[in-house]
Amino acid sequence: MAGKRLGKQTLKLSSPPSVISNAAIVGPKEGEGPLSQYFDQILTDDYFGEDSWEKAESKMLKEAVKSAVKASGRSNTNIDFMFAGDLLNQIVSSSFAARELQIPYIGLYGACSTMAESLCMGSLMIDGGFAEAIVCATSSHFCSAERQYRFPLEQGVQRPPFAQWTVTGAGAAVIAETGSGPYITHATIGKVQDFGIKDANNMGAAMAPAAVDTITAHLNETGRRPEYYDLIITGDLGNIGKAIILDMMQKEGYDITKVYNDCGSMIFDSEKQDTHAGGSGCGCAAVVLNGYIAKEMKKGNINKVLLIATGALLSPTTTWQGESIPCIAHAVAIEKTIGVGV
Amino acid sequence: MDYLKAFLVGGAICVIGQLLMDLTKLTPARVLVAFVTAGAILQGIGIYQAIVDFGGAGATTPLTGFGYSLAKGAMKEVKEAGLLGAFTGGLKSTAGGIAGAIFFGYIMTLLFSPKSKK
Repeated sequence: MAGKRLGKQTLKLSSPPSVISNAAIVGPKEGEGPLSQYFDQILTDDYFGEDSWEKAESKMLKEAVKSAVKASGRSNTNIDFMFAGDLLNQIVSSSFAARELQIPYIGLYGACSTMAESLCMGSLMIDGGFAEAIVCATSSHFCSAERQYRFPLEQGVQRPPFAQWTVTGAGAAVIAETGSGPYITHATIGKVQDFGIKDANNMGAAMAPAAVDTITAHLNETGRRPEYYDLIITGDLGNIGKAIILDMMQKEGYDITKVYNDCGSMIFDSEKQDTHAGGSGCGCAAVVLNGYIAKEMKKGNINKVLLIATGALLSPTTTWQGESIPCIAHAVAIEKTIGVGV
Repeated sequence: MDYLKAFLVGGAICVIGQLLMDLTKLTPARVLVAFVTAGAILQGIGIYQAIVDFGGAGATTPLTGFGYSLAKGAMKEVKEAGLLGAFTGGLKSTAGGIAGAIFFGYIMTLLFSPKSKK
C-alpha cells in the first residue's frame, strides 16, 4: 500500500480533489429557515410541478446535479461519474435522475450519510486517477420519507417532541482533479454502531454514537486536535443528538464545544417552525454543505471543515419487526488550502 | 344537557387516547386498534351500553363506539340466529359505517391531493 491510509479508517488523499461547484435546492419550509440566503433555489411548492412527492424528490436531485454541473462550467458529457443515493426504496430518486442525466452512475446507499459517502468515494476515484471530474449528490423529501418510514401524511399522525423533521432538499457538488479549492484532503470511513435504540422517531440519539466513533477515529488517526478545524459539523443529529455528541466526545477526551455544530440544528428554527428536534434526512447535510458551508468557505469565513454525515441503516420492515437501528457515520475533511504535514 | 354529556364523554375518551400517545410508545395505529378492542370488550361485559346511554354520540362516535357496535351486533345476532351470529352480527351492524368510510374516503382521494404538514 502506498501509505495513503492513516490508521484503520482514515484515508489521506495524496492529490486532493478540488470542490469546484455546488448546488442546493430546498423546499418551502427550509426556505423560511435561518439559512435561506444560502440556497440556490427555494421551491414554492413541495410537488415541484410533479404529481407525486417521489417524482418531486427525483426532480430536485436532477436539478441540483444540473445546476452544479452548469456552475462548474462543464457539460454532462465531461463529468466522468455520478455518485448519488437517497432514502427511498431502491434509491429511486437518484437512479431515476441518473436515467435522465446520462452520466455514468454509481448508486450508493448510506441513508443520511450519503453526502459524505459520495464525496469519499468520488475523491478516491479521482485520487486514484480513474476520473477527472465527478458529481456527488443526494436528496430527501419530508413527504416521501414520512410515507416510507413513518406514516402517510394523509393519516394525520401527531409527531412526538423528540421527532426530527426530514429536510426537503437536494444538494450536489462537482469535484475535480484540478481546481483552486476548497480541497477534500481526508476521508474517514465509519463502522456500523448500534446502541439498541428501536424508535424510528428518535434517530438523533441512535446515530450519535456512530458520529462519535468516526470523529474520534479521525482525530486519533490524523493526530489533529478539534481546534484544527473551524467547524466540525454532523449531518442530521438534531438538537438531542447534538447534546449527546458533546457529552460523549468529552468522555473520549476531546472538547469540541467551540467548533461543533449540526446541520439539523442549523437548518430550522425549531421554536418558530415547530420542527421539534431539528432537521434530518440526506438532504439536510447536502444542502447545508452545498449551501451554507460552500458559500462561507468561498467568502473565507470558514477554512477547515470536518463534515460527518450520519446515516440510520434501518428499513421500514426492520422497524416493524422491532429491530434496533444500526447507524453509520462517514467524515470528509474539506480545507481551503492544502496544508503541510498531516 | 345532552350536548354537555356528549362533550364530556367524548372528550374523556380522547384524553385517554392523547395520554396513551404522549406517555407510552404506542403508535397511533396501535392506539386505534386498542380503542376498538376496548369498546368491544367493555360492551361484552356490559359496561359500554351504560356509557352510551349517558353520553350518546359522545360515546358512539369515537373508535370505542365502533367496537361497541361490533360487540352489540354480534350478541344480538347470536340471540336471533344462533352461534354463527357471533361471526356475522358484528359486520352487519357496522356495515353502514364501513361502507361509508370506504365510499367517502374514495371520493376524497378523487377530489383532493395530500399536502405537506406546515
